Amino acid sequence: MTASENSLSRAPAALREEPGGGLAVAVWATLKRDLLLMLRRRSEVLNPLVFFALVITLFPIGISPDPALLAAIAPGLLWVAALLAALLSLDSLFRADYDDGSLEQLLLTPQPLALLALAKVAVHWLLTGLPLALMAPVLGIMLSLPAGSYAVLAISLALGSASLSLIGAIGAALTVGLSRGGVLLSLLVLPLYIPVLIFGAGAVQAAILGDGVLAHLAILGALLALALSLAPLAIAASLRISING
Amino acid sequence: MSLRLQAQSLACERDDRWLFRDLDLDIRAGEIVRVEGPNGSGKTTLLKILSGQLADYEGELFWSERPMRETRESFLANLLYLGHAPGVKAALTPLENLAWYQALSGEAPSETARFRALEEVGLVGFEDVPAGQLSAGQQRRVALARLTLTPRALWVLDEPFTAIDRDGVAALERRLVEHARSGGCVLVTTHHELTPCAELRRIRLGGGGVDDGI
Repeated sequence: MTASENSLSRAPAALREEPGGGLAVAVWATLKRDLLLMLRRRSEVLNPLVFFALVITLFPIGISPDPALLAAIAPGLLWVAALLAALLSLDSLFRADYDDGSLEQLLLTPQPLALLALAKVAVHWLLTGLPLALMAPVLGIMLSLPAGSYAVLAISLALGSASLSLIGAIGAALTVGLSRGGVLLSLLVLPLYIPVLIFGAGAVQAAILGDGVLAHLAILGALLALALSLAPLAIAASLRISING
Repeated sequence: MSLRLQAQSLACERDDRWLFRDLDLDIRAGEIVRVEGPNGSGKTTLLKILSGQLADYEGELFWSERPMRETRESFLANLLYLGHAPGVKAALTPLENLAWYQALSGEAPSETARFRALEEVGLVGFEDVPAGQLSAGQQRRVALARLTLTPRALWVLDEPFTAIDRDGVAALERRLVEHARSGGCVLVTTHHELTPCAELRRIRLGGGGVDDGI
């Protein structure tokens, strides 16, 4: 026994009292890994953007090219299309990790799961919500959205889509264990999307009418702050429930 | 604090069938515990319960002689679990896969350590090939590289020998014994016959069922 112990080159398996720390390192590594993964599967990043562009392109053809009519419905249209595009991409948020076993590893780390999940959601927003927000003004031109509301459109979508990603991730976490969770996910999440939609489209509408937009944007910000503080905990709890089942 | 994982009168029911009942376990440092049993006898379920992933069981779990509920943090800090699915991302290279696991487990990021871990499992030359292009056995080896990369006292390994070639199996077996001798402890399910040694202990499942047809 002693002889074999002496021949060991490895450090003995010592017990650790507490987790090694390094939360920032873990969160950063998760961010980097997910960004890298998404950039290697570009079609998944492009899908929601293409969907958004297609829907907005089809509306003037389907309804009427009348600029006055289009301008009236443009804020709601842009917001609804962006919301659906973001929703479509949500299903895959945790699914790949669930299928290949990395999700159970994520749950078994001594790091707080809520913050690691937040990193994953942040990547989703960076590659879905933010590009949608930047694209929206360009598509707004096609709908003859009145000038002066482009900046508000982009800002409201950027703020709102972050809330959408956070709220949607709760649904994605709850349905990750189901083989066809897509429809259920939409049903779970859509009611919670409605306040964001109302105030988001409202901000653009207010900008067109020349009213103050700050109130709308402030409420969107408040919704985001609420989602940012509560959603990570809900996502973590939902992931635990899904893995347990 | 000492390495000790205990279970008292553990029972788990699935689809109106007891997978196991009144199971008492006491796993200490320096042991390799092999969980045996036919397919569907609850080996994976037992491992998931013991690694704190499943909550619908009856009985009590203790880690270092304290209830698991109170010591979950310290338990997780000492646990290395390798599941059925290897947890290896097909789109990432072995090095990138390991970098994530290294950061998650709170180790300092070190490329040298990652290279050494890959060398240990015989994946030199494949560091920068996306894991999706590797064979099933090589992907399993990427997961097994974590045994070296992130030193932990308690290893819970679910079918670690799957898809591994004969030399790899022998090396992994040596690795398990080495880990047990250096004060660690290994909980493993496998259909592969492990070479008998002083550290090896067996737990047999499949007898506790009401009507499991055996």
